[in-house]
Amino acid sequence: MTMERKMAHTLVVLVEDKPGVLNRVASLFRRRAFNIESLTVGHTEQPGLSRMTIVVEGDDFAIERLTAYLYKLVNVVQVEDLTHTQSVVRDLALIKVQAPPESRTQIMQVVDVFRGRVVDVTNQSLIVELTGDVEKIDGFVEVLRPFGIIEMVRTGVVAMERGSTPLYVPLNGNGQAHPHPETISEN
Amino acid sequence: MKLTGAQIVWEVLKREGVEVVFGYPGGANLPIYDAMLDYPVHHVLVRHEQGAAHMADAYARVSGKVGVAMATSGPGATNLTTGIATAMMDSSPTVFITGQVVSRFIGFDAFQETDVTGITLPITKHNYLVTRVEDVGPALREAFYIARSGRPGPVLVDIAKDAQQNSTEWQYDPAPLKLRGYRPQRHPLCRQVEQALELIAQARKPLILAGQGVLLSNAMRELQEFAERAQIPVAMTLLGIGGFPASHPLNLGMMGMHGEAWVNQSIQEADLLLAFGMRFDDRVTGNLKTYAPNARKIHIDIDPAEINKNVRVDVGIVGDLRETLQTMLEHLPRLDHSVWLEHIQEMKGESAVRDIQYLPPDGHLYAAHVIHDLWRFTGGDAIITTDVGQHQMWAAQYYRVDQPFQWITSGGLGTMGFGLPAAIGAKFARPEAEVWAIVGDGGFQMTAAELSTAAQEGIKVNVAVINNGYLGMVRQWQEFFYERRYAATPMRSPDFVKLAEAHGLTGLRVERREDVQAALETARASDGTVVIDFRVEQEDSVYPMVPAGADLHNMIRRPVRTAIVETGEDEL
Repeated sequence: MTMERKMAHTLVVLVEDKPGVLNRVASLFRRRAFNIESLTVGHTEQPGLSRMTIVVEGDDFAIERLTAYLYKLVNVVQVEDLTHTQSVVRDLALIKVQAPPESRTQIMQVVDVFRGRVVDVTNQSLIVELTGDVEKIDGFVEVLRPFGIIEMVRTGVVAMERGSTPLYVPLNGNGQAHPHPETISEN
Repeated sequence: MKLTGAQIVWEVLKREGVEVVFGYPGGANLPIYDAMLDYPVHHVLVRHEQGAAHMADAYARVSGKVGVAMATSGPGATNLTTGIATAMMDSSPTVFITGQVVSRFIGFDAFQETDVTGITLPITKHNYLVTRVEDVGPALREAFYIARSGRPGPVLVDIAKDAQQNSTEWQYDPAPLKLRGYRPQRHPLCRQVEQALELIAQARKPLILAGQGVLLSNAMRELQEFAERAQIPVAMTLLGIGGFPASHPLNLGMMGMHGEAWVNQSIQEADLLLAFGMRFDDRVTGNLKTYAPNARKIHIDIDPAEINKNVRVDVGIVGDLRETLQTMLEHLPRLDHSVWLEHIQEMKGESAVRDIQYLPPDGHLYAAHVIHDLWRFTGGDAIITTDVGQHQMWAAQYYRVDQPFQWITSGGLGTMGFGLPAAIGAKFARPEAEVWAIVGDGGFQMTAAELSTAAQEGIKVNVAVINNGYLGMVRQWQEFFYERRYAATPMRSPDFVKLAEAHGLTGLRVERREDVQAALETARASDGTVVIDFRVEQEDSVYPMVPAGADLHNMIRRPVRTAIVETGEDEL
């Protein structure tokens, strides 16, 4: 049997770049009672294809269901669960933090340790940009919190599998349907 | 050739072989209606857009072709939604074309503007908002392709008024469509077919659960050959009725909430379930925790998302049912399950004396009588459409269907008001057929205005109103589960005979069993649409019944104290 443990899954969903597609995907999550933790969408190397990275909580069975539901959407071209793969996962945060002269040096040191960048400076504040996996940014936020965070925004993660194989391989003329999850459970 | 968007609509419909369209004109689809007059299509003017949607749905279910309905923007489109959702739940290949306000007004709360693609997003297989005339043709072609391929379903195309009015150079391109994200899988995978055949070889108590997929994939012949060669009995879902002949010795009957007791018991005892084009709906399984506890499960469905959805299966095969059965038949040996079949026969023996024979001869007319007599009268050859409720279950139990595409009912959504418009749609699909809408007094009144449509069209459908003065199924639940507190279920109806007459149609009333036959004869002899008001026993209930969520084998049976066996003619 598959593992029944709930955990955050990172799905990459390739969709046709058409009006309303984001709405279709988001509506599906709501309708089928899945909670989106984060969702990002942007262009890809393929013309006409957008790439969503969606973090969603669920056990393996639920994610298998979700994948099947996503494939029912006519504009969804491919769905991959990168959770159990060797992948690069990145979140980006912009953090506006209180930085009066007395604490500024200390903050700059912390930013250095986390390899962040200061992208805006005023007398009383800094905006710091930080890229990394979710844990790293969580850690950074905790360290900054005592200094007084004025404002923060995070993009949600984007992810890509390591290695040279592309995620999307265009189908040939009479190609098979897109891959869908194995429909045999191991009893 | 330069054509307007409105003309392109009709050009595509013509190429798709559309002969009849159900709809209602309005401000935002006037260009489409204006262009219609130049095309050889029959338009049926409905009295409410819900009716148009149900007619297109039933037309599709009877003919196997895509059904088409049209409406204007705003309220016209929102009135369609109940019918669209009905078609969605029952996988009916339908295309809905709605007018939308002029594109530059979209988003400005214009008169009769509604976000129709937004509203219908969860109740369509796919939908389109077309704002440019260049997109009218491609969107409609895709709509027809998506509606009828894979797991069929409704597709809506919302066309802005200016896209209907503007012109563009357009030529029909007959090349097959290729959609990047939509490629239904028709061919089953060999490995899974082999695994299924292995499970069949090991089984001693196998059972086929036949759903609507049998009809949608035209797999009736393959199913029969499969069942006969492997000697496996067949149980049907509500929408699977007609996919396997009721009179076939291997037919068990309907499963589920109001299925036969021996069918549900067989499912619980089976060691292998072969689910063919059905989706383990909760009305079919009862309590999932205790469902078919001894059975391994093979599930064949064209929709990958149905596999392992409600019931986890041992072998899931994604593919067209007909193609899959053909592949399996190449390897399926002759098998013998006589011990199992005899066992089922014994179970049937106890309960085979059907409800109808338990009905007291107290002078009252019972719904079961009416439907039983209608079945005998029509020789089981009529197209039956139903509404939703007690009469629907009685019709499923007592009208025995041998042929496919003659049993048209709203299963998944359970839409009251479906019966009469469905009958009209069915009649357009098969004008030579005798069509009977079996409806309740409640559901009939939801769409009774379509009598006027039938009258205007001059078509003949027959309406059998099973009139018990209650919203009967809800009343039954109140009787069983709410201490007979009949909240809002008693219903006073108009005089249905006069209602028919007001439409220039024939109305009849029947209050006694002995008058049923004569009324049916009068109805058949009449030229136009006929409404028969059958005044049946008011507080009768549908038996047997599995309460919602209960174990499938724990059925409520008709109290035996009323048992009085009627004439042998009622023997089924």
